[in-house]
Amino acid sequence: MNIESQDFYTQIILSMAALVGLTSFLMLGQGRLLRLIFMFAVQGLLLTLTTAVAAYSLNNHHLYISAVLTLALKVIFIPWMLRNEVLKTNLHRDVEALANQTAVMLGGASLMVFSYYVLHPIVQTTSPVMLNALAVSLSVMLLGMLLMISHKQAIAHVVGFMSIENGLFFAAIVATKGMPMVVELGIAFDVLVAAVLFGIFFFHIRSSIDSLDVDLLNKLHEVDK
Amino acid sequence: MNWLIAILQTTLFVALAPLLAGWLKRCKCYLQNRKAPSLLQPYRDLLKLVNKQPVVSEQASWLFIKAPYIIFSATVLAATVVPLIAVNLPTSASADVIVMVGFFAFARFFLALAGLDIGTAFGGMGSSREMTISSLAEPAMLMAVFTLTMTASTTNLSFAISHVLEQGLVLRPSFAFALFALILVAIAETGRIPVDNPTTHLELTMIHEAMILEYSGRHLALIEWASQLKLMLYGVLIANIFLPWGIAQTFSLHDLGYGLLAIMGKLAVLAIILAIAETLVAKMRLFRVQEYLGFAYLLGLLGMLSHIILEAAR
Amino acid sequence: MILFLAYCAVLFSFASGLLASLSNQRQCLLALQQRYLKNTSAFINHCLEEHHYPHFLRQAVFILLGLSGVFAVLAGLSVLMSGAVLTDQIGLGLPWLPWHIRFDALSGFFFLIIGIAVVAVSLYGTGYVHHYKEKDHPFAALGLFTGLFVMGMLLVLLADDAFVFMIAWELMSVASYFLVAFQHEHAANRRAAFLYLLMAEVGALAIILGFGVLASFSDGFTFDALRHAELSSTWASIAFGLAVLGFGMKAGIVPIHVWLPEAHPVAPSHISALMSGVMLKVALYGLIRFCFDLLKDVQWQWGVVLLVIGTLSALGGILYAMMQPNLKRLLAYSSVENIGIIFMVLGLAMIFLDNGHPELAALGFLAALFHAFNHALFKNLLFLGAGMIHQQTHELNIDMLGGLIKKMPQTSVVFLIGCMSISSLPLFNGFVSEWLAFQTALQVDVLDNGVLRSLIPVSAAALALTAALAAACFVKVFGLTFLGVPRSRHSEKAHEVKDKGMLAATYLLAGLCFLVGIFPSVIISLINRVSGQLLAQTLPNDNALSWLWITPIASSTEQASYSPLLVLIGAVMAGCVCYWYLRRDPEKTLRIAPTWDCGFGGLTPRMQYTSSAFTMPIRRIFAKAWIIDEHVNKDFDGAMNQEVKAVHYSLHIQDHSWPWLYQPLERGVNKLAKQVARIQTGNIRTYLGYSFVTLLLLLWVIS
Repeated sequence: MNIESQDFYTQIILSMAALVGLTSFLMLGQGRLLRLIFMFAVQGLLLTLTTAVAAYSLNNHHLYISAVLTLALKVIFIPWMLRNEVLKTNLHRDVEALANQTAVMLGGASLMVFSYYVLHPIVQTTSPVMLNALAVSLSVMLLGMLLMISHKQAIAHVVGFMSIENGLFFAAIVATKGMPMVVELGIAFDVLVAAVLFGIFFFHIRSSIDSLDVDLLNKLHEVDK
Repeated sequence: MNWLIAILQTTLFVALAPLLAGWLKRCKCYLQNRKAPSLLQPYRDLLKLVNKQPVVSEQASWLFIKAPYIIFSATVLAATVVPLIAVNLPTSASADVIVMVGFFAFARFFLALAGLDIGTAFGGMGSSREMTISSLAEPAMLMAVFTLTMTASTTNLSFAISHVLEQGLVLRPSFAFALFALILVAIAETGRIPVDNPTTHLELTMIHEAMILEYSGRHLALIEWASQLKLMLYGVLIANIFLPWGIAQTFSLHDLGYGLLAIMGKLAVLAIILAIAETLVAKMRLFRVQEYLGFAYLLGLLGMLSHIILEAAR
Repeated sequence: MILFLAYCAVLFSFASGLLASLSNQRQCLLALQQRYLKNTSAFINHCLEEHHYPHFLRQAVFILLGLSGVFAVLAGLSVLMSGAVLTDQIGLGLPWLPWHIRFDALSGFFFLIIGIAVVAVSLYGTGYVHHYKEKDHPFAALGLFTGLFVMGMLLVLLADDAFVFMIAWELMSVASYFLVAFQHEHAANRRAAFLYLLMAEVGALAIILGFGVLASFSDGFTFDALRHAELSSTWASIAFGLAVLGFGMKAGIVPIHVWLPEAHPVAPSHISALMSGVMLKVALYGLIRFCFDLLKDVQWQWGVVLLVIGTLSALGGILYAMMQPNLKRLLAYSSVENIGIIFMVLGLAMIFLDNGHPELAALGFLAALFHAFNHALFKNLLFLGAGMIHQQTHELNIDMLGGLIKKMPQTSVVFLIGCMSISSLPLFNGFVSEWLAFQTALQVDVLDNGVLRSLIPVSAAALALTAALAAACFVKVFGLTFLGVPRSRHSEKAHEVKDKGMLAATYLLAGLCFLVGIFPSVIISLINRVSGQLLAQTLPNDNALSWLWITPIASSTEQASYSPLLVLIGAVMAGCVCYWYLRRDPEKTLRIAPTWDCGFGGLTPRMQYTSSAFTMPIRRIFAKAWIIDEHVNKDFDGAMNQEVKAVHYSLHIQDHSWPWLYQPLERGVNKLAKQVARIQTGNIRTYLGYSFVTLLLLLWVIS
């Protein structure tokens, strides 16, 4: 498969996939929470654009609704909520010292290769474009996990979790050329619920340990040192 | 005939480099509410320096005196490789893009040695920093270049550009990454803000200027000219690889003139972007540069991966 | 005839060793002469005079060594030109085990490498060994072991059965052990030599096991039999692993390189040149012979292994080299880097070969062998240069040198050429092989395996990083050693080397570095014959070998081309134009003035950058690559203890493989030795008891 031989829609989808992957990498290396949230919003925006492009080229109108939902939830509401949380807890001045940043980044790059390698056997059954886009979305999910592992702040964990969901969503749009409306609404609702739940969690974590640094949760374990 | 055009192109390169520097300075002046000097000011500066008697330190060896000539020649040679107004010129076959990187390394090698020759702390500081930054920049640069060469399956710049032209407009994610990586590397390698500040002589921050502190007269002129040439080279590289449209593919007068206009327009726009970026961004600490170049490397790596995963998968 | 040349090379090196051992036997020779050759010419009498004798003997020894080198070059060239495979049997050793000899293109190419190095070293040697005091450092030992060492290396290349190979290999290892221990008055040198011997023997053990694995699947130990061994892929991989361990230990790949930077620098400089420039190549030869010739069916996984350890060695080697203030240690570490590069490209060749692209494998093979050749040239040159610096200044710490470009102008020029070649700058030989390596790596698009396709460009980027760091490292070396203001009295009082031979040797190597850089196609066509014989595949087109261009991939210049000659012409043109234009006015000659000192007055040499200062940014960026022990202590004085009277700075940098690999091994061996020591009670009756029990056991076994 060569990219020159693909139609314009595929080229756009592939470029979008690359950009979504890039935002995942940028989030991974980001020590400042506000920028992290901003990158998350950008990723949401890219998803919105991808959905809109898919809706336009597939002539699938209910995908527009899904695009609008993504815009409202992932670009505006959740980032706004997280931002408020950060400002309220005065975390925006902290720069998290990321341990082993180079190693984490290189690990991220190898995750990308790994996810490609894992999905490679599927190539016989589906089109190569699908494989590539799926590989990117799998790596976005894995990078989200890595983000949660490498960052300490609970807010970064939420962003990581949401970006895993972004990866899934991207795969769904590209692979199915538009899911049934019910599923989309369901996912959107799930995300909303998750966001609200996280908000409550933050409140509780903060009130019990006075910080959002999840490493401090270690204090709660029951075995005495 | 072809050789003539090749020589003409190189001459154009050398002749236009100060103009680009002048234009860049002008843009920055406008952006910073200053009164701009004439576009020809860099030429006047060079002329003035050429006509002055150079002063050389008593500690200097022959290497210090010869180095400017070597640096300038190596940069000019790098310029012969890069297509400016036309592709398929004979000089571009004598060396490819890896050799071009080699020429830059050649010039840098002697610049760093010249910095160490006098035996002052400034020279050593400049050389040490320059070699560090360049050794981090080189892999990033080659990563970006490899993305291009793997797409076009040639390391010859002229053929690579022809290849991009033939394919027409294809949205390649890998090219976007490679473009950004190359821009970041170009900024680091030509010593612009935020990596180095070409207008400062503050010892904590200077890199390039620290190495050439002892130069004066025609030696300084050559080194300044070489660095202007290097800036233009990177500009042409970025403009012609990623947006090659307008470059002459035949050697008719019309095409060549059109190619010249096109590249001048592209460079003017690039210079405006660079000026805006330099006005907006503050200079980084020296030990942030590794993160900056690490990011450039990551972009190059992602470009390579997206070429392999997204564009040429089997 | 060709084989005769090769034998001549071996015999001359042996003869030079024997002759050297006569250096303390002047009385015997006199006696001999008086008994048998009463009426000899005046010349021999003159030679045997008391104060002429050592001088003439030294000359004769090095002339014989040089002849051996010349014959090696001739033999190598002629076997490469003729493309023949010559075999022979010599009835030495055990009666039913004749020595099998085989001389083919691969051996011929390495003969060429050794020959050139030996010629340069023998030109250099007379002047260099001159300053050794006969009482402390007897020439007899040096000359004898040098001769044996060279002979061992040559025999390794000629060997066609595992026995001869191992005998020659051991000869090489043991002779070089004595050379490393030559300056044995320092405890550190003895320790280095012992470490070297230990590692060499462990490596040899691995090689023997490797041969053993092969031999167990075939009938006999000749290479011919081993070639036909039918191995399952698992056993082949085990044999490959043992070979990499054994040959890699000799070649000094990371992490089993610890002996190399200890042992190479402590030998006399011309021996370090041979060890670093040539002996490592013999190890490489062993690996190539083992993998590409004996095992035949290479697997791409092996290529990945070589690629990874090559990348590690290249990066590790240059990073460690960067931190060394001792010139010869730095050069030794840089050998690790270059060997790493060669391993990387060999790995690429294996990957391409197993994936069914033999023409690309030939390209990788070419790049690897070419780099081996180049490394032999410039590393020899640099070590010989380091020897000259050491001889003139009695100093190898580059923090104590400086300003030598004015004191030793000729040395500085050749050393500069060496530095430029090793930093792979265009126009010099190092660049060509690096360029070929990049071209090989860029052909990765033909592979089907996506993981390989993404792994190889990353290692190519690591290669780029290595090259850039090497340039930084050798800017440091040349800049601190030759430029600036002298940092010590020694370097201030240095003057140019007087001995013509020493200068001639370095000029020869420097000239070759430049010529090979300009006309690489000569060497490429030679290597092409090697790959033709070994891989049954040459580069795809004849055009690739034209004298003007190297276009390794396609016949036109469409894919990649490099024409050093055109580049040189362009460079000369550009340089001349600006030089002529700017120098046209004699009024504007230079004005000499004091260095600008910021108006403070009094620049001292101590203000210059030192080695550790120069590498500080890199040390900080790649901090995890070393174990850094850095201390700054300030002595306070004055009111309230606030004034800083003096600052003490200490920096100690260690290799990771010492605490992680070598020291645990050492502790383990020591512990084991203590256990064994228990049975040695010191009581003679106990020992008798041991003998008795052994005797009984043996008798029981026999019955």
